[in-house]
Amino acid sequence: MSLLYSDVEEDLRGAVRSLLADRCAPASVLARCETGEPYDLGLWRTLTRELGVTSLHVPERLGGQGASLRETAVVMEELGRAVAPVPYLGHSVLAVGALLAAESSVESRVTASLVARLAGGELIAALAVPLSMWPGADFPTSVRASGDGVLTGRASAVADAFAADLLVAPALGPDGPSLYAVTSGFAVTPAVSLDLTRPVADVVFDGAAGELVASGDAAVAALSSALSVGAGLLAAEQLGVAEQCLESTVAYLKERRQFGRPVGSFQALKHRLADLWHEIVTARAAARHAADALAVRDPDAPVAVAVAQSHCAAVAVHAAEECVQLHGGIGMTWEHPAHLWLKRAKADEIALGTPGRHRAALAPLVNLPGPS
Amino acid sequence: MSPAVTVDELRRRTQELLKAHDPQATDRLEFLRARFDAGLAWVHFPEGLGGLGLPRAAQATVDAELEAAGAPDNEPGRIGIGLGMAAPTILRYGTDAQKRRFLRPLWTGEEVWCQLFSEPGAGSDLAAAGARARRDGDDWLVTGQKVWTSSAHNARWAILLTRTDPDVPKHQGMTYFVCDMTDPGVEVRPLRQITGEAEFNEVFLTDARIPDTHRLGDVGEGWQVAQTTLMNERVAIGGRAAPREAGMVGVVAQTWRERPELRTHELHDRLLRLWVEWEALRLAGDRLRQQLAVGAPGPEGSAMKLGFASLSQRLSALEVELLADEGLRYDDWTLRRPETVDFTGREAGYRYLRAKGNSIEGGTSEILRNIIAERVLGLPSEPRVDKDIPWKDLPR
Ligand SMILES: Cc1cc2nc3c(=O)[nH]c(=O)nc-3n(C[C@H](O)[C@H](O)[C@H](O)COP(=O)(O)OP(=O)(O)OC[C@H]3O[C@@H](n4cnc5c(N)ncnc54)[C@H](O)[C@@H]3O)c2cc1C
Repeated sequence: MSLLYSDVEEDLRGAVRSLLADRCAPASVLARCETGEPYDLGLWRTLTRELGVTSLHVPERLGGQGASLRETAVVMEELGRAVAPVPYLGHSVLAVGALLAAESSVESRVTASLVARLAGGELIAALAVPLSMWPGADFPTSVRASGDGVLTGRASAVADAFAADLLVAPALGPDGPSLYAVTSGFAVTPAVSLDLTRPVADVVFDGAAGELVASGDAAVAALSSALSVGAGLLAAEQLGVAEQCLESTVAYLKERRQFGRPVGSFQALKHRLADLWHEIVTARAAARHAADALAVRDPDAPVAVAVAQSHCAAVAVHAAEECVQLHGGIGMTWEHPAHLWLKRAKADEIALGTPGRHRAALAPLVNLPGPS
Repeated sequence: MSPAVTVDELRRRTQELLKAHDPQATDRLEFLRARFDAGLAWVHFPEGLGGLGLPRAAQATVDAELEAAGAPDNEPGRIGIGLGMAAPTILRYGTDAQKRRFLRPLWTGEEVWCQLFSEPGAGSDLAAAGARARRDGDDWLVTGQKVWTSSAHNARWAILLTRTDPDVPKHQGMTYFVCDMTDPGVEVRPLRQITGEAEFNEVFLTDARIPDTHRLGDVGEGWQVAQTTLMNERVAIGGRAAPREAGMVGVVAQTWRERPELRTHELHDRLLRLWVEWEALRLAGDRLRQQLAVGAPGPEGSAMKLGFASLSQRLSALEVELLADEGLRYDDWTLRRPETVDFTGREAGYRYLRAKGNSIEGGTSEILRNIIAERVLGLPSEPRVDKDIPWKDLPR
């Protein structure tokens, strides 16, 4: 198992980073936040059509590039660094993740053409579950499906739903859990969200016609797999956010002078940043480990994901909080991007299972049971 | 031999060694010497000096073969200072004669080494060290006091940092020697630790005689030579391959599993947090090793030592708490002078107390944070008052 980045992965990172440097500067991200267009669809088109970021881990026979989740994780890192307002998590990681998992089941009903359209970024998809849902959670029951595939119900706090043309929706049908692809008959209401760059939205299905993509155990497994991949790859995003926070704080403290010297020369601050750097070193290893374990379907992946998500979530929040504090007054302003990183880090801590949930999931996996 | 030696070739050589010296039927030392002479001791060392000039990573192949054959090892826990600090320094700065004289018995463990660096007045600020070395014909005479010297009571040799020129700023006037611990000018006294035992010592040097041929590096170059030692110390402490739950976390996890009646919800969450942090640190260590294997060493080594110290302390503290009534007892306060140190040995109370040293020995955690902040993150240094003044005029 390689915990390093391959040359191909570094090239991919370089391409995404330089695009984002051009098109996704903090000021423009901030300017978009309170408009009616929270997503930068122009940037999304470049990312999908020119860099092909949405087809990386999709198999070639389904119209993808046949790379792996390791590459997708690198994209997550870079998008996280820039808090880029694009629906990558909801689309490529969660929705496509659910379809790919369903597709690999024996009685798959997922059509290659559907996956291909999503892989190419032609359609944007989202997974219609609350972003807070964790991999081991019960199958949701807030949406019901009739025998002929008509969906009624709601899902709240769904990531990237506002940008979505298609929803992958878990629903309870007459035969139990099932997974549908829905392209019309639903209403999406954006919520005022803590995370300004990945707003959540409430979805209402009111007699929507869904196309069944998996049912029964296959549907349960597909959802759980998507959430697990999501939690594992979110760790990469959290790493990116944390790196961004550390780098910008270090840069600022080298320049900002008080008491006749750069404030970065005060040891109290140096030690806090050294600790943060140490946390990030370990977060990088944990995130890489999770991406690799998911990519090769290592049986140890559930442990790797629980470790990465519980660790990286906390590191990102710590980094963002230090970033605000160590910038002083300017860190408290709307104008400075530190709050965008803090809001993303804090929302990410809840997303796809809190650190506590992941530790609880870890306990039986590593034979550390609690008190009876 | 070219660095292109294949894994198969390395395996073949290892098997050849095993055939010629059946570990079951060969004296332990004899086997270790043969292994050294076959270049299979530390393959990244040069040929003729126990190695084959291969990348460090190639060692794993040899070790696996030897372990499978039940071959004896060189008890690295007993000779850590020799392997981790003296050897790389001798390799880098030693003359051919020094390399030939010292490296083989160092590696086989026939000769134990210790490190005479710290002094009562010079710990973190090692460059302030004042043990005075004066020229005496072809020899040097050293007088001064060293302290916290681990293994000095077992050691045959020491790496020794001295002051040769008090009239220049502190970093410039130092010289580095190999010191004979059996010299009559060397006196070793045990120093008792918070654990009750005396792993380390005070060492008094009174005109200790050192031939000039035992100098490492040039006169006045001691500080640079010491940097090699210290860098390797941090790699040695932080760079070992480890399976999941190796080390303190495994000890505590085992107690947790065996003693369900002691568990509480609060300790459970704390244990899981520490388990996760330890696993992330272990993975960072793996990642560091993979970087070293492709020849791109990162600064992560200092992160490893920082994390290792803090986690060992928090885990061992948790275990004492978990044990409750038993945590009130201690196994034995008798003053002993151990040959080896095992951070995870003995009982919970000992482990808790010994772990306190992890953030002091080999550079304190505060000093590591300074190093990370300045050398990795590039933050400006604190204003310094001691850099350009002759050593003899430094405020004390
Ligand atoms: C178990 C053990 C084994 C050891 N073995 C050896 C050995 O074999 N050979 C050997 O030579 N030495 C050995 N040492 C000594 C060790 O290297 C020193 O104790 C260590 O470097 C600290 O020096 P000091 O004890 O003088 O503390 P000081 O340097 O006096 O430090 C006191 C406190 O001040 C802090 N401090 C000092 N300078 C700064 C700074 N610039 N910024 C912030 N904080 C600072 C320190 O972190 C520490 O908390 C050993 C120590 C221990 C505990």
